[in-house]
Amino acid sequence: MKRANAFLTFLAVGLALLGGMFAHAAASRRAARPALEARTELVRRLRTTDLCLFTEARYTRHPVMADVNTPFQDYPLSIEHYPSGSLMPPPAHLSSER
Amino acid sequence: MRRWFNAQRHILELTLSALLRRRGKYLALVTVYTLVVFLLASVMFFTHALRREAATLLEGAPEIVVQRLVAGRHDLIPTAYADAIAEIRGVTSVRPALWGYYFDPIFGANYTLLVPEEFTHGPGNIAIGPGVAGASGSEVDYILPFWSSEGRLTSYTIAEILPAESELVAADLILMAAEDFRALFDIPEELATNLTVSVRNPRELPVIAAKITELLPDTRPIIRDEILRTYDSIFSWRSGLLMFILMTCVLAFIIFAWDKASGLSAEERREIGILKAIGWETSDVLQMKFWEGAVVSLSSFLIGVLAAYGHVFVGSSGLFEPVLKGWAVIYPEFRLVPFIDGYQVAVLFFLTVVPYTVSTIVPAWRAATVDPDAVMRG
Repeated sequence: MKRANAFLTFLAVGLALLGGMFAHAAASRRAARPALEARTELVRRLRTTDLCLFTEARYTRHPVMADVNTPFQDYPLSIEHYPSGSLMPPPAHLSSER
Repeated sequence: MRRWFNAQRHILELTLSALLRRRGKYLALVTVYTLVVFLLASVMFFTHALRREAATLLEGAPEIVVQRLVAGRHDLIPTAYADAIAEIRGVTSVRPALWGYYFDPIFGANYTLLVPEEFTHGPGNIAIGPGVAGASGSEVDYILPFWSSEGRLTSYTIAEILPAESELVAADLILMAAEDFRALFDIPEELATNLTVSVRNPRELPVIAAKITELLPDTRPIIRDEILRTYDSIFSWRSGLLMFILMTCVLAFIIFAWDKASGLSAEERREIGILKAIGWETSDVLQMKFWEGAVVSLSSFLIGVLAAYGHVFVGSSGLFEPVLKGWAVIYPEFRLVPFIDGYQVAVLFFLTVVPYTVSTIVPAWRAATVDPDAVMRG
């Protein structure tokens, strides 16, 4: 029964760590609340519309502000050449009617 | 209950002994399986945390942003449009916003130049984001040169470096006074980049946006709901990044399931035959095969999920860095707040553990219901 006990112990430790993961996440969220509020306040103060995720192309830096025809169409027949363009699709509001 | 538990422990012991006899094969299987779970969990954690963070931060975004479009492109908007919009019932304020991009040929980086409503450092000074400071090696009191649209080199003194915690919002930002911005890009007083509109009742946003389009047909209003939805859709499961990883993982699981469903090896079939010949019931064989699947999939699941959590929330998604960086010189370090929930982990469990365990049992059931003599003879 040595192996079975060892595996059950491994399983118990794994589940405890999984529980610990949720506890760590909850504690981190509590600790990050002031920084999160400061960032929200910065967004409010600067009146920005986008997160700074990709800075290589203007339509991936500010997808909300992108023109309807910008991605893939920097000029007629141009193809998308920025890597981040393939990571993020054009925002839904550009293709849907309000 | 105790008897049942002891019986299960004995079956588990036998299963582990069988697995250890073929340790090379199962070690390779657990490694690949763990990597698949790790990859899937990393992307799920990363995109979910980013979506939640975007939703929280962009609650502070303007209620309506009004752009002017010329020949389908975002163009400068006359500040006189603000007066027309302010006349609409329900609008409380309309303010012009100034911002734009600057490509720095020295560092090869793209900056976002922005004029805050209150810039305390005054003309001639700038505040820079942590990404700009990192890319240019700048500190407070250093100067940063810019080529103006007239071809003149103008330098600004760095009065402030925005805190590192603001990276996800301000990594590439350069804040400056309105007169410096207008002088740098030669933008006259009567033009702005866009207008931001505040309203009395947020429920009226779509109506007011429609009125703006009616009043000023060359404009495009973007309401806050659309801003929030943009980030929700960008990092949803249908998005490029997640779809790509999801397809890879689904393919990996199809290979796993195919390997299992296509039948047991001759050795495994003989093993089942012997067990049946010495008096094991079909249900005992199935329990053994269930434990075999559970040992492999639970081990891989636990290690994969825990490693993914460490990767995304402790290691700042380091493995995704080359993908996320692209060609950008300035990029934020993704120190995300760990927004995870039980639902995500449950989805991951049902996506990874359940299909594998089930696909282990089916061929075993087929072998276990055949006459032991026939199974042993192959």
